[in-house]
Amino acid sequence: MKTTELPRWASGFVLPLLNLLTALVIAGLVIKLLGESPVESLQILISNSLMLEHLGYTLFYATTFIFTGLSVSVAMKAGLFNIGTEGQMYIGGLGLTVAMLAFDASLPAILLIPAAILGSMLFGALWAFLPGYLQAKRGSHIVVTTIMFNFIAASLMNFVIVKYLIPEGEQNPSSRPFADSGSMPRLGEWIPQFADAPLNLGFLLALAALALYGIVVWRSPWGYKLRATGLNPNAAHYAGVSISRMIIVAMLISGALAGLAAVNSIMGSTHYLSISFPAGAGFIGIAVALMGRQHPVGILLSSVLFGALIQGGGELSFQKPAIPPETFIFIQGLIILFCGAMENLYGPALLKLLNSRKG
Amino acid sequence: MFEDLQLGGIVVSTIRNAPVLIFAAMAGLFAERSGVIDLALEGKMLASAFASAAVAFSTQNVWYGVAAGLAVSAAIALIQGFVSITQKGNQLVGGIAINIAMSGLTFVLAEYFFHQGGQTPNLGEIRLAEIILPGTEALKGIPFLGWFYGSVLGGHTILVYLAFALIPLVHWVLYHSRFGLRLRACGENPHAADAAGVSVERTRYLAMFIAGVLCSFSGAYISIIQSGFFLRDMTAGAGYLALTAMVFGNWRPAYTAIGCVMFGFFSAVQIQIEGVDLPVVGRIPGSLIQMIPYVVTVIVLAGLMAKSVAPKAIGRPFVKSR
Repeated sequence: MKTTELPRWASGFVLPLLNLLTALVIAGLVIKLLGESPVESLQILISNSLMLEHLGYTLFYATTFIFTGLSVSVAMKAGLFNIGTEGQMYIGGLGLTVAMLAFDASLPAILLIPAAILGSMLFGALWAFLPGYLQAKRGSHIVVTTIMFNFIAASLMNFVIVKYLIPEGEQNPSSRPFADSGSMPRLGEWIPQFADAPLNLGFLLALAALALYGIVVWRSPWGYKLRATGLNPNAAHYAGVSISRMIIVAMLISGALAGLAAVNSIMGSTHYLSISFPAGAGFIGIAVALMGRQHPVGILLSSVLFGALIQGGGELSFQKPAIPPETFIFIQGLIILFCGAMENLYGPALLKLLNSRKG
Repeated sequence: MFEDLQLGGIVVSTIRNAPVLIFAAMAGLFAERSGVIDLALEGKMLASAFASAAVAFSTQNVWYGVAAGLAVSAAIALIQGFVSITQKGNQLVGGIAINIAMSGLTFVLAEYFFHQGGQTPNLGEIRLAEIILPGTEALKGIPFLGWFYGSVLGGHTILVYLAFALIPLVHWVLYHSRFGLRLRACGENPHAADAAGVSVERTRYLAMFIAGVLCSFSGAYISIIQSGFFLRDMTAGAGYLALTAMVFGNWRPAYTAIGCVMFGFFSAVQIQIEGVDLPVVGRIPGSLIQMIPYVVTVIVLAGLMAKSVAPKAIGRPFVKSR
C-alpha cells in the first residue's frame, strides 16, 4: 500500500541524519577550500569530542544545550516560538550572581548552591514573563517581543556589569569570582576519567529535567492542556483551558529552564559573571528543540551533537591553524539551516523510495 | 551644555547613521509585506559588507565592490526564499541560521583571503567621495545656512541620497503600483491572491530578490563608506534594529523610515553623550540609550502608544488549495 506520510523512524531519524550529512558535506567543502583534509578533520573532531578523556567537556557543553533546548521546547509545545532563551539565560545569570554576591561569604555550599539556582531560575522566568504576558493579554507577537527582550537584556547587562559588578581596580567587564563553595560539584570527583572536565552535577540535573519534561508533557493533565493549547488554542479554549494562563505559565517555565542553563555554564566552569556569557547557547537551543522534535531523547542526542561540535571543533582549530574557530560557527548555522528549516528537504524523495520498494 | 553636546554633530551623524537602517528596513518591508519573515537581514548585510569591502579592495573600484555585495546578498535572499517558499520551512529558524552561518563564514573567508585577523585591508583613497553641492564655498560664511547647506543637505555620499530617495519610491511601489498591490495581497490573504490569478510563489520570490538587493546597500554602506574595511560582526545588530524599526513603523514605509531616523538619532546621541555630565541626571551610560529603540518598540507592540499589526499571512508558507 502506498503511504503519503513517512513512518516515524524515517521522519524522526533518517531525515535529520540526511540533513546533518548535507550540512557536513558543505562544511567539508569549506574545509577543503581552507586547504585541509575534510576526512582527517572529521576524525580529529570526533576523536576529540567523543573519546572518554574529552567526553566530559562535550557533555558539559551538552548540559547547557539540554536546558536551552528544553526551554525552547516547552514554549514550542504551547505553540510559542521563544527566541528569547538567550536573553533569559543572560538575565538568569544575573539572578545567580545576585544570590552569590549576597550569600557566598556566609552560606555553606549545601544552601548556597540551591539559592543561586533559585535566583537564576527566578530571574530567567521573570524575563520571560513580560513577553508571555504581552502575548497572552495584549496579543503582541512573542517572536518580536522576545527578539526585543534579547537586545534589552544585552544592553541592561552591559550597564549592570560595567556600572555595579566590576570589582574596584579591575578592567575586565565581569563580576568578582565567587567563593569556592559556590561551584557545582564536578563529576570528576567520582569518575576519574572526567577529572579535568567541567562536567558537573548540572548534567544529572539536566537528565532529570529531561525525564520530568517527558513525564509532565505527555503523562499529566497539565501537559495535555499544554499540548492542546499548542495544537489548537480554539479547541483548548472550548474545552475549558485558560489559554492566556497557559501561555504565561509555559513562558515562566521556559525562562526558568533558560536560567538553569546559566547555572551550568557559570557555576560549572567560569565561576563569575561575564559579558555575553551565553554566547549563542539560546539560539543553539532553538536548533536542539527542532532537531530533537521536542522529544526528550531527541533533545539529549542533538545537545550532545552540538556539544561535540563545540568541543571537537575547538580542538580541531587548535591543531589545524588553517581552520579558525569561526568555521564552527558557520557549521552550526548550516546545521540549524538544514535540520531546523529544511527538515523536509529529502522527504518527498524518501517517500517515493519507500513507496517504490513496496511495489 | 550644548557646546558639549554639539547639536550640529548629532544632526549630521543622524543623517549618516540612518541609511544603514533605511536600506535594510525597506528590504524587510518587501519581504514581510509579501508574507515572508525576514530575520536574515543581519546575515545578508554582513555578507554584503564583507563582499563589498573585499572586492572593492581587490579591484580598487568601489562600484565593483557594491556590485559584488549586491550579488551575494541577492543570492542569500534567494536561498532564504527557497527555504521559506519552496521548502515551506520555518522562516524564523531559516533566518537565524543564515545570520549565524554568515557571522562565521565572513570571518573565515576574510581570514583566508587577507590574513588580517578577519578584517579586510583599509580601502584608503578609493572610498566614495562626498558630494559637495555647488555654492557650498560661497555660503560657508553665513551662520546656520552655510552649515545647513554644506553639511546637512550636501556633503554626503551618493548612497545617503539614494537611501532617502528610496522612502517615497518604496511607498509608491507598495501602495500605488500593480506589483505592490499583488505583493500586499500575498502577505495578507494569499488564497485570495491565488484565486485572482497571482502566483504567490513568484511574487514572494521577487519580493525576496528585491529585499536582497536593497539589503546589500546597507552592508556596503557600513563597510565601504562608514569604516573603509570589513570587520568581524561589524553589523552589530543593525539588521535586527532595522527589523525593529519596521515593527515600530507598523510595516509602513513612511513610519518605518521615521523609526530608522529616530534610531539613527539615538545612536548619534549615544556617541555624543558618552562621558558628558548632564544637568539633573548626570552621566547617562550609552548602554541605556542603546536600549531605547527596543523598549519603545515593545511599548508600541503592547498597544500602549499606537497599534502595530503585522501582515496577516506573515510567516506562513503558502499551500495552494486543491
